[in-house]
Amino acid sequence: MAIADNLRGQKRAAMTGNEAVAYGMKQIEPDVVAAYPITPQTDIVEKFSSYVADGEVDTEFVTVESEHSAMSATVGAAAAGVRAMTATSSNGLAFMWEVVYIASGSRLPIVMPVVNRALSGPINIHCDHSDTMGTRDSGWIQLYSESAQEAYDNLIQAVRIAEHPDVRLPVMVMQDGFITSHGMENLNVLEDDLVKKFIGTFKSENPLLQVNKPTTFGPLDLQDFYFEHKRQQVEGMEHAKKVIVDIAKEYEELTGRQYSYFESYRLDDAEVAIVVLSSTAGTTKVVVDELREQGLKVGLLKPRVLRPFPAEEYADALKHLKAVAVMDRSETFSTNGGPVFSELRSAMFELEERPLMTNYIFGLGGRDIWTKDIKGVYEDLFEIAKTGQVKNKVNYLGVRD
Amino acid sequence: MSKQKPGWRDIPEGGLIINPGSAEEYKTGDWRNKRPVFDADKCIQCMLCWIYCPDNAINLDEGKVIGIDYDHCKGCGICVVECPDRAAALSLEDEHKKNEETE
Repeated sequence: MAIADNLRGQKRAAMTGNEAVAYGMKQIEPDVVAAYPITPQTDIVEKFSSYVADGEVDTEFVTVESEHSAMSATVGAAAAGVRAMTATSSNGLAFMWEVVYIASGSRLPIVMPVVNRALSGPINIHCDHSDTMGTRDSGWIQLYSESAQEAYDNLIQAVRIAEHPDVRLPVMVMQDGFITSHGMENLNVLEDDLVKKFIGTFKSENPLLQVNKPTTFGPLDLQDFYFEHKRQQVEGMEHAKKVIVDIAKEYEELTGRQYSYFESYRLDDAEVAIVVLSSTAGTTKVVVDELREQGLKVGLLKPRVLRPFPAEEYADALKHLKAVAVMDRSETFSTNGGPVFSELRSAMFELEERPLMTNYIFGLGGRDIWTKDIKGVYEDLFEIAKTGQVKNKVNYLGVRD
Repeated sequence: MSKQKPGWRDIPEGGLIINPGSAEEYKTGDWRNKRPVFDADKCIQCMLCWIYCPDNAINLDEGKVIGIDYDHCKGCGICVVECPDRAAALSLEDEHKKNEETE
């Protein structure tokens, strides 16, 4: 990691995605981090634990024996009333599963970087989104990042989103395993004091460790109250839509970098577009630029916020298109397409005139996606726009026949 | 049931219990299937029901049994079993019967 000063309040640095996240965690300086290493997230825990060992942060680092314990210890710390974080990938997230729901159900503002990796089995350590797509309905806010820069920026903003009194929900910050997590990138990082000022201090409303005001967390919650508590969580998600935008604006004033629910790339006058998350959006931008030079009106929509799901805003951004391809880096095994496709297609239902939609499952288990593959998707989209026919609702891109 | 209970806007988030010692406010009697019915005329004040009740749901007045705390009685029927045959001051009836009568 090399850092050079050249921006006011910011530094230019060369870091991998994992280093950028560990660096952001150092600046956030949570009171407690409980984490267990798992490929490809390992560097985050390794790097952060050296910050702890070197005395660069005043963080209680809990070395746990599993991810189930990592999330449990993080939940305990957050309930006690301090800022608590963990980080994981793939099977680590799967192993946390029941406690993941306890974190959101108990309204604990935990922030967790997740480095996306395929779920076993068969065992695979490379990137796809099956791990976090499985937790779409766990009540966590989900932010997806295209690059190390976005992973860093999303992490800093996540602290504010999670702890906002109208939200109080945990946030996952995703980046693509190996592609982003291990790829070296130039990025801008903030000065430590600017991060500290931006996130402020955390004050829990009802901390567990108050002798004169005893509070019970996680009581038995049966037929007569559980439903009300779930309804409250939905309200927190509803509020998050506004809070995410407000905090993005504040962050933009600080850094000049713009964030919203999604990024539209040359989309406004496009006829056809691809919707794709994370690092593949970067590859798609290259293709969009190439095809635009040939005079083809192609665009891209890169979702950042999948939970909450701002359906109206997504539909509004896509409604003018003739054809849309949603590319999913995970399967639902519903035989009806990937998770992002299903949700976006449903979001378009209210429109009087809808673009034709098709789905591409790609990149499972880290299978490479090439610019020629993406060009092929745009070719298919023009064919769909011309004929008005979607031949295949669900396509498998890059799988051997 | 939901009539007298607070709505989702009026309760602490996440199932937190922020008022200590509030278990008494929780009406465990809401789950009851069968309810004990007390006949004061037959009661011999042996206090066996009061001793055996696992939920402290036998109401007393100056050391005498006067009835059942239906807010907290779960309807287990132990009081009915323990009430001596010679008195038979307690009997069980279906909860829904009572509900139908009041409706």
